[in-house]
Amino acid sequence: MNTYFHSVRLDRDKCKGCTNCIKHCPTEAIRVCNGKAQIIPERCIDCGECIRICPYHAKIAYTDPFSDIGRFKYKIALPAPTLYGQFKNLSSIGRVVMGLRLMGFDDVYEVARGADIVSCAIRERLACKDNLPVISSACPAIVRLIQVRFPNLINNIIDLKSPMEVAAIAAKREFAQKHGVNESDIGAFFITPCPAKVTSIKNPDGIEKSRVDGAFSVIDIYGLLASQLKKPGVVTIEGPTASVYGVGWANSGGEAIAAGIQNYLAVDGIVNVIKVLEEIENMKLSDLQFFEGLACPGGCVGGPLTFENPFVARARIRALSSKIKNAEPSCEYARPYIDDGSVLLSQPIEARPVMKIDGDMLTAMRKLEQIEEITARLPGLDCGSCGSPSCRAMAEDIVRGDAKEIDCIFKLRDKVTSLAEQMVELIGRDKKEK
Amino acid sequence: MSSGYKESFSIVAGDFASAGEVSARIKSILRMIGIDPAIIRRVSIAAYEAELNMIIHSFGGEMTLKIDSGSIHIDCVDTGPGIEDIEMAMKEGFSTASPDIQMMGFGAGMGLPNIKKNSDEMEIRSDPGGTHLHLKFNIV
Repeated sequence: MNTYFHSVRLDRDKCKGCTNCIKHCPTEAIRVCNGKAQIIPERCIDCGECIRICPYHAKIAYTDPFSDIGRFKYKIALPAPTLYGQFKNLSSIGRVVMGLRLMGFDDVYEVARGADIVSCAIRERLACKDNLPVISSACPAIVRLIQVRFPNLINNIIDLKSPMEVAAIAAKREFAQKHGVNESDIGAFFITPCPAKVTSIKNPDGIEKSRVDGAFSVIDIYGLLASQLKKPGVVTIEGPTASVYGVGWANSGGEAIAAGIQNYLAVDGIVNVIKVLEEIENMKLSDLQFFEGLACPGGCVGGPLTFENPFVARARIRALSSKIKNAEPSCEYARPYIDDGSVLLSQPIEARPVMKIDGDMLTAMRKLEQIEEITARLPGLDCGSCGSPSCRAMAEDIVRGDAKEIDCIFKLRDKVTSLAEQMVELIGRDKKEK
Repeated sequence: MSSGYKESFSIVAGDFASAGEVSARIKSILRMIGIDPAIIRRVSIAAYEAELNMIIHSFGGEMTLKIDSGSIHIDCVDTGPGIEDIEMAMKEGFSTASPDIQMMGFGAGMGLPNIKKNSDEMEIRSDPGGTHLHLKFNIV
């Protein structure tokens, strides 16, 4: 599939054509053209940095309408553990579970339980991996980043599904068994802190089709859920709950800790992750066993579709965790999902090279020379006024045929000055002739 | 128009703040040209080691990248004390870096062995006036 679904989109009416998003996009995937931002689909990894930075809220994430739960006879909510950190004075995770039930879900399966299963799978899988460091597959924005920018590291990505996918499989299987219904009648809906997860549901990597049927953002359901939480009521949670470690996946480093890895490096914030991936690609961290890279600051708690400040959310999750009874994930519970291959990716993750300037190498070299020449002529201020994130990026756009040198306001000023001088000269000559 | 690409980068002795920038630039050029990622990886590892060698040991110099249809060449030409004993310098773990440099995490004695391991051809000419390192990588 050449063109793929993106959750991150533009609200044209709100876009003022400022340069905030183009300067903050980690893959230089945005240009401002005719006063409006434009996302280059091949380059966008749906990390949501632009959503976070846009002062006019013109960058939006597509999530499914809540009414979509009506498509299924039975509906299961899959809350990301980040959701627990969004509410003030929350007495227990059980209240969130109850709140979701009151919203119309027949069951709630914590994604943190999926994380528990994956944690156990990582422990076993890590032993037979020889491309070090093994890289986590949990953050879909980082997986996309590796596909477009670090193809050498694709083989380092652990071949396990994300907790969300595993949660959907387990939730449907267990609900179907318990109630004697068909799995096809069950819809599993993820409550997401980020757009990258939405993209990974609609257009997954490493699996043919997602078992998740839709996604609602934390911020979209926040109001509705908050009002349910205010209702008085007895909290009863049916069945088992996730472990402290599973819930801890919401924070940077939580996955490595849950998997019991000592020799790990956890990095959050996409710019930081890019720097470390460069080091890994240059074989400078080959003594490291596990690398957990998360695109958002602080981990999933810093997702662009969350409501609460990530630091506050993290502290709340820590406080709630102290009330969880089971500290360790149960590997006995995880066993059948590991043994039948439910946790494994079924397809290779493919490279999506986008940095190439031409399919033909000699042409690419010629174009690169042109880029150098043009870059040397540009002012080097990286102001972004032309609509490209830097002078070098503008030179690339010119060579690709997507921009003109005169789009540079400094070049335009020079041109206008020179035209004005020519006009003055022309008028002077006319007067003399008269 | 020429049938290849050539660009030179100057490297300043002792400039640890810029360490790795030239090899990162070379990496991005190779990505744009569309060189096989596995080859890019080898070139950038070797270029990084060579860049650091020039920063640590030389009085400064120039690194030149040349690409044609069949191969990538990197020429590092520096002025400086030169390499006294090339044979020893090729041994893993042998280092002439000062304790200060080693404190910074450099000078582990893996530079030249790593360069050799990652390149297809390597030539060193060195005398007390400076060093010329030539690396070749085949593009197939």
